Amino acid sequence: MRSDTKDGKMIESVNAIVRISHGMEVEPAIHSTLSHLADSEVVLRIKEFCLWYGKKQTLFRISMDIPKGKVTALIGPSGCGKSTLLRSVNRLNDLIDGVRISGDMLLNGDSIYAPDVDVIELRKRMGMVAQKPNPFPMSIYENVVFPLRIDGIRDKRILDEVCERSLRGAALWDEVKDRLQDSALALSGGQQQRLCIARAIAADPEVLLMDEPASSLDPIATAKVEELIHQLRGEYTILIVTHNMQQAARVSDFTAFMYMGRLIEYAPTGMMFVKPQLRETEDYILGRFG
Amino acid sequence: MSVETVKTEEILEPTLPSQAPRGLKRYVPLSSYGTPYLWLMGGMLGISLTMIVGLLLLILVMGSLTFWPQKIIQFETVDGKRYLGEVTRRETYKPSREQVGELPELYREKANQFLESRQGISERFLVRTGNYERTNTHFHWVSDFQIQNSTYPEWAFVWERLSWGRFYGIPVGFQVDGKLFTEGLQESYRLFRQHFPDVQKKRNKIYYLEKEVLGALNYKMEQARLNVREKELKLRNATGERREALQQELQKANAEYSRLKENLEFEYGKIRAQIETLKKETQRYSILMQVSDGSIVPLPLATIVRGYPANQLSWFEKVLVYLDRWKEFLLEEPREANSEGGVFPAIFGTVVMTLLMSLVVSPLGVIAALYLREYARAGFLVSAVRIALNNLAGVPSIVFGVFGLGFFCYFVGTSIDQLFFQARLPNPTFGTGGILWSALTLALLTLPVVIVASEEALAAVPNSMREGAYACGASKWQTIQRIVIPRALPGILTGMILAMARGAGEVAPLMLVGAVKLAPELPIDGNFPFIHLERSFMHLGFHIYDVGFQSQNSEAAKPMVFTTTLLLILIIVVLNLVAIFLRNRLYRKFISREV
Repeated sequence: MRSDTKDGKMIESVNAIVRISHGMEVEPAIHSTLSHLADSEVVLRIKEFCLWYGKKQTLFRISMDIPKGKVTALIGPSGCGKSTLLRSVNRLNDLIDGVRISGDMLLNGDSIYAPDVDVIELRKRMGMVAQKPNPFPMSIYENVVFPLRIDGIRDKRILDEVCERSLRGAALWDEVKDRLQDSALALSGGQQQRLCIARAIAADPEVLLMDEPASSLDPIATAKVEELIHQLRGEYTILIVTHNMQQAARVSDFTAFMYMGRLIEYAPTGMMFVKPQLRETEDYILGRFG
Repeated sequence: MSVETVKTEEILEPTLPSQAPRGLKRYVPLSSYGTPYLWLMGGMLGISLTMIVGLLLLILVMGSLTFWPQKIIQFETVDGKRYLGEVTRRETYKPSREQVGELPELYREKANQFLESRQGISERFLVRTGNYERTNTHFHWVSDFQIQNSTYPEWAFVWERLSWGRFYGIPVGFQVDGKLFTEGLQESYRLFRQHFPDVQKKRNKIYYLEKEVLGALNYKMEQARLNVREKELKLRNATGERREALQQELQKANAEYSRLKENLEFEYGKIRAQIETLKKETQRYSILMQVSDGSIVPLPLATIVRGYPANQLSWFEKVLVYLDRWKEFLLEEPREANSEGGVFPAIFGTVVMTLLMSLVVSPLGVIAALYLREYARAGFLVSAVRIALNNLAGVPSIVFGVFGLGFFCYFVGTSIDQLFFQARLPNPTFGTGGILWSALTLALLTLPVVIVASEEALAAVPNSMREGAYACGASKWQTIQRIVIPRALPGILTGMILAMARGAGEVAPLMLVGAVKLAPELPIDGNFPFIHLERSFMHLGFHIYDVGFQSQNSEAAKPMVFTTTLLLILIIVVLNLVAIFLRNRLYRKFISREV
């Protein structure tokens, strides 16, 4: 019978995943087509990265290279560790008590987790956009130039220029140029999220981290944000977490599929969504679980 | 029938519910709707509101009626006595046989019949008859069975005076320089109105000369004397060459002092003479009043504050008297042991002390809360500190007063006196109660409120906001300073509002650390250095206690208690409204447009 076959397939693939997650000694069935990149093409190199919350391990030996000027999407079911991985890049996980890591990440060749790294300087080299828009309680203008303000830059000319450039970059300039001194909290949700993107690109980051940037927005605002990601491609290296597969397919150049703290498959988006190499990936992409 | 068939049926019709369709009139327990609980909640709220609103209404009504001019009634009793005054209170009671027995024989029978017809219950009136210097009492009780007749004399006057309380009578003449100038009701009232503004003006001038001019002279003299004393003290401790230099300085200071003293004494004499002439001029006029026992008494205009023919006033004139009394209450100094006059020094003291307290407690509380919430690692110590804070909020306020007296006044204050104000010893400067020590004591008292509220406000700042700042490369301090504090500010202000309301209404500790019955000087005035934090001050809360329970003329002071309470509540409301307005503005700015 038809349903029988389907069930059987499902059980088989889940078994495979369970095998991966429980057998520590077993090498995960990673399939990566991106292992041949040269140093100059890579902005962020993740090397054998593991992470524990207290005693619970949530990331298992993740290795991947994020190519320069491209959009890389992290997909996977809830709780698979994709947000944790993203927050590990700018070391936001440091703020949580009881987090331990092993392995390392390299940002343009500089170690992120070396003992002598100044976390504050490190974070200034990256931009981040959170799941829910988090504008600061100040004017639109001050929100955008916040990264410069904390660097002690007071030159009005520089600030004005950065503000305009970033807002234009975030496709928000035309909507807010007449009310830059208004509170950022008065903007709509979609505008707030684009404002956060403007803030994230204000300091010219080497990599832009986006944690489900459209998950709290309505479809129209989502479309705008996705369009913006399209525009930013090439200029910025973007690492985006999403649990929306269509979104990943639409906006990204490369896609990494994570499951239960492991990187399962990592490939160009076109290839990934047309012809995934592993059954687990295919099952997830086709919506058989997750 | 096999099991298989049943299964297929189930699979075929999986959507059909197995139960019978639900009716609309099913039995549902009342408790599941929560209606009884709703009633309970509403009832509880109602009870609380009734109590609070009732108290406020009582204070509002009683407090605002105090200054409304009453009619003057004249009771004539059967034993031939007359009582002229305002009825302040009425009550029913059961008079004893002896009371009726005191009546003249002729009326005894009539009174007994009167009482019998009312089951032995009589109504009596408390009449404010004033004229204390003649009768030795401000009030008289008059029972209904004693009354022969009662009238509202058309020309009955009530006079409010600088001393001895009110005076009731009917004007019959006007005296100038002790000689009868004119007779007749209307003519004497006309003359009173003609001369009274001038007398008032002169009296104000006298007040100004005595208080401001002589006060400033005294202050100058005292400063010069302190200068000499300081030099003397320095000389006593000095040795060798310095000694000689100091000796010279002392001589100079001494010369300066005697020169100044001579000058000032001359000026002093001049002003004294001026005051004397003014006083003599004001004392020229008196209005002759016929009092209830028929005798005629001269009432010097110099002693009168205000007077009006109570039974003739139109509604508009009554309003004028009412407003004039409020003006006096709000802007003038108290007289007659606080039971008359105004409460301006108390208002001033309360507001200055409350603001001073907020100025001390807010940075202290906010900074402590910042450390507790943002920096301290959660653990045993932090929990212990929190528990201690909450316990501190439960300590009786008088204990804070005792602590303030012991620590601030006697320990810190005495040390300051030893170090900086040695010249003034043995008179303490800071080593006694004062507005600064009161503010600090109340700051300590309200500190837990501010810390707890600030901590809550800091905890309410969304983590996503902090992470956003960290992700931009902000340091912890930058995040706190630029994001967390502005965002938490409305909540912090809420804490301050609570603290201010509590602090402004607190009395017990103030009795120990600086609030006094009568403060000769305000804590802020025109003498250098303008703000005198060491001075004791008057406080509305303490004023209420003093007027209500320490006053000799407690019956007359009772309405003042209500009025002062009303005023204190109004001041707290105003302070709160300002703070709430500020908070809402901040809220709109930092949190959300909708308030």
